[in-house]
Amino acid sequence: MARDSQAALVALNRFGFGARGGASGDLINAASDPRGFVKAELARPFGALLEAPGLQSTPQLGQAAFAYQDQVKQAREAAAKAGAPAESPPQAPADQKLRRNLSLNTVATEIAAGQMAEAKPADSAMKPDGMQPNAAAPAAAKPAQPLNVIQKTFRAEALARLQRATLVECGFTERLVVFWSNHFCISANKGELARMWAGAFEREAIRPHVLGRFADMLKAVEQHPAMLFFLDNQQSLGPDSRAGQNRKRGLNENLAREIMELHTLGVGGGYTQEDVTSLARIITGWTFAGRQGQLGAPGSFVFNANAHQPGPQLLLGKTYEAIGLAQGEAALGDIARHLSTANFIATKFVRHFVADDPPPALVARLRDVFVRTDGDLKALATAIVDSDEAWKAPLTKMRSPYDFVIASGRLLARVPEDPGGYLGNLNLLGQPLWTPAGPNGFPDTSAAWAAPEGMKLRLDIASQMGARLGPNIDPLDLLEFAAADAASTETRKTIERAESRQQALALLLMSPELQRR
Amino acid sequence: MIDCVENRLLTSRRGLLLGGASFAAWAYLPKFARAADGRDPRLVVVILRGALDGLATVAPVGDPDYAGLHGSIALAADGAHPAIMLDTFFALHPAMPEFARMYRAQHAAVIHAVATPYRDRSHFDGQDVLESGYAGPGRVQSGWLNRALEALPRGERVSSGLAVGPTTPLVLRGNAPTVGWAPVALPQADDDTAMRLVDLYRHRDPALASALSQGLQLEKAASGDDMKPKPGNAVAQMRQVARGAAKLMAADDGPRIAALAFDGWDTHANEGGPVGRLAFLLGGLDGALAEFESGLGDRWRDTVVVVATEFGRTARINGTDGTDHGTATVALLAGGAVKGGRVISDWPGLKLANLFEARDLKPTTDLRSVIKGVLQGQFGLSDRVLAETVFPDSASARPMKGLVV
Repeated sequence: MARDSQAALVALNRFGFGARGGASGDLINAASDPRGFVKAELARPFGALLEAPGLQSTPQLGQAAFAYQDQVKQAREAAAKAGAPAESPPQAPADQKLRRNLSLNTVATEIAAGQMAEAKPADSAMKPDGMQPNAAAPAAAKPAQPLNVIQKTFRAEALARLQRATLVECGFTERLVVFWSNHFCISANKGELARMWAGAFEREAIRPHVLGRFADMLKAVEQHPAMLFFLDNQQSLGPDSRAGQNRKRGLNENLAREIMELHTLGVGGGYTQEDVTSLARIITGWTFAGRQGQLGAPGSFVFNANAHQPGPQLLLGKTYEAIGLAQGEAALGDIARHLSTANFIATKFVRHFVADDPPPALVARLRDVFVRTDGDLKALATAIVDSDEAWKAPLTKMRSPYDFVIASGRLLARVPEDPGGYLGNLNLLGQPLWTPAGPNGFPDTSAAWAAPEGMKLRLDIASQMGARLGPNIDPLDLLEFAAADAASTETRKTIERAESRQQALALLLMSPELQRR
Repeated sequence: MIDCVENRLLTSRRGLLLGGASFAAWAYLPKFARAADGRDPRLVVVILRGALDGLATVAPVGDPDYAGLHGSIALAADGAHPAIMLDTFFALHPAMPEFARMYRAQHAAVIHAVATPYRDRSHFDGQDVLESGYAGPGRVQSGWLNRALEALPRGERVSSGLAVGPTTPLVLRGNAPTVGWAPVALPQADDDTAMRLVDLYRHRDPALASALSQGLQLEKAASGDDMKPKPGNAVAQMRQVARGAAKLMAADDGPRIAALAFDGWDTHANEGGPVGRLAFLLGGLDGALAEFESGLGDRWRDTVVVVATEFGRTARINGTDGTDHGTATVALLAGGAVKGGRVISDWPGLKLANLFEARDLKPTTDLRSVIKGVLQGQFGLSDRVLAETVFPDSASARPMKGLVV
């Protein structure tokens, strides 16, 4: 079969996380059968699931977080009683390996074995001015605080995700995970529980349905404790419910509004404020069990009938009878199948994978697929790969910071062993993992990611990677892995003429071939 | 709640800037340090990555063909920025007054028309040959300086508190353990790299060119000159690294042997003459040498600093007031242990017929001979070890005698 390197770039960069370096043969495989290369991952029924030793369920994590919060509280109370300033809470012994690697820019944390005889404390910084040869600990680096259980969990979840993205073949399924996770985003900055649950939320509510049904993902998301916490639904009480009456409190519309505005129908999707309020009433009582466990296992989703607004509700022209939890599930099921939802999802999907200005014909086709297949997301993904537009549209989308750091790690064949460097770089580049500024998620347009300061920072990071890893690689080999004859003459020459391997690697990582998708 | 670590990251980003420079040193105090004659020799190897224009650093102003070939950027013994005459034939770049002072005090020397055995023009391969010490390029993972160290008697461990930097130059990589330091903060990409990328984007991706240019806070592309690199950072970095390395090496239990790498010498365009881009960089190198001199204090007396680059540049300037990849160039020696005050050269001349491949200064001295001479003078390594282990298959390049006091 003829090899088409340009199509391989589309397969690997537009749909995946870029070619892996080393002996992967990704570019050649993708060039031989570009569509087949992308779709191969869709054929693996459980390919989107992520399980790794030590990753726990949401209730387990919730209980650990509650226990940690209790410890903090007790320590504070004990200190207050003793009249002393509050001590830091009891901590688990610090994981030395984690601590050691909390440095910046350690996209690749380890140096090839044998090159350095000394293990490096990567978080040590020395200023030559203040340098003392015998100084055991560098003055510039504050002693790292031991990580608490929440930070450790966040890092473990992050690491599992980063490793998966680095190791998978094409990465299309992982890209779908990232797309849907951003569509249904939460923010770890909401509070300790959100940080604790950020990874589990994605594993439990997103991944099982990425190649499944949209309606199932919608239900899993809106019933997940992380989402209920993020958008305050655990505080929302039906005004006429027993709890609402007792506590003189009522509705919080936050989740209901975002379900319609951001998760399904989209702005202008045909809903009114009345509908928002109505949906908010319908999903009152959707909450999670607290630390006392009165409603169920702490940290698990529960329907609290005491908080649920009684009576039928009119939503989008249809009446939903008062049947408890099933009332909301029925409502979500209908919203998931609304034509506005199909249109909104199809548009966003095409914008993400093909172009900032999505080709209308392709959007219409995907919308029809969504409707015809009852929101089969695997069918949706297949349809976009099968389209002509996705392969013909020029590669003008900008890689997001996450794409950029993952693609760089893949090309350099570095499997992350510590998430610190990645998390740091993502913070720096404005895409902190699982922490968008608002419930609308991170932006998905080239303009957002090709901003001046962002480009400057990308270059700084690429330069740092070049300095660390450049001496041991051949940048022209990497260009072959990444783009082969699809690389422009100018890019090839720029790399060939670089004054050092270090510089050549930085320029390669920053080349349009690696920045655009 | 924000992770404390990521917080630190954000605030420390503009901390220490050592982007274009790195340093590493041997981790052991050699046995010879307390030798009977009281000498405590120190060796610093400075690698200039990118290929230094030797004809612009030490100009053969006495060669009748020099001024014509080097054209608009040629140095001259007169004018507003006169080059510093080292003898009646060679003149030092005016950006290097400290080196000139050392030279006059006979603590600095120049070796001209020197080259490694490498005869092609790829930076990567050229640096491999320069640093590995092998006769040709290859994926060697040890450098000649490290192999020289292995041949020395091992003494006590030094400086165990130091972090190992991630960018140990190849020349010092190998089995002998090394120490060094690396900055934690995100160093900013150097200006040369940024300019190359902006140039690539201009040709292939104007939107990114515009964004990056703005990010770099440069003026509009139309005013070409504004795109020239700002060398201030690089110069400060060279001095800073040298100061830190000197401080380490001055200590009684500090490392005796170190390697540094300075980037940015690939002057294809707007190289500049007595002033300009190369002048700034040479000023930085000059400052770094001065930092070693002052930082090492009394130890300077026993020190040799070797400055070397992968190859030279074309004798004739190109169409953009710069020079392209060439062959022979200069090596510089500085330090109290250098038998200095001379330019050592078997000058090949710059007549067209005398140029290597009709374009480059022809190599007449093997750089390995120079380095071997230094290693032998400082540490007493035998001809055989130098010819077999340190620089494999190099018996024909005999150690240069009399470089060290």
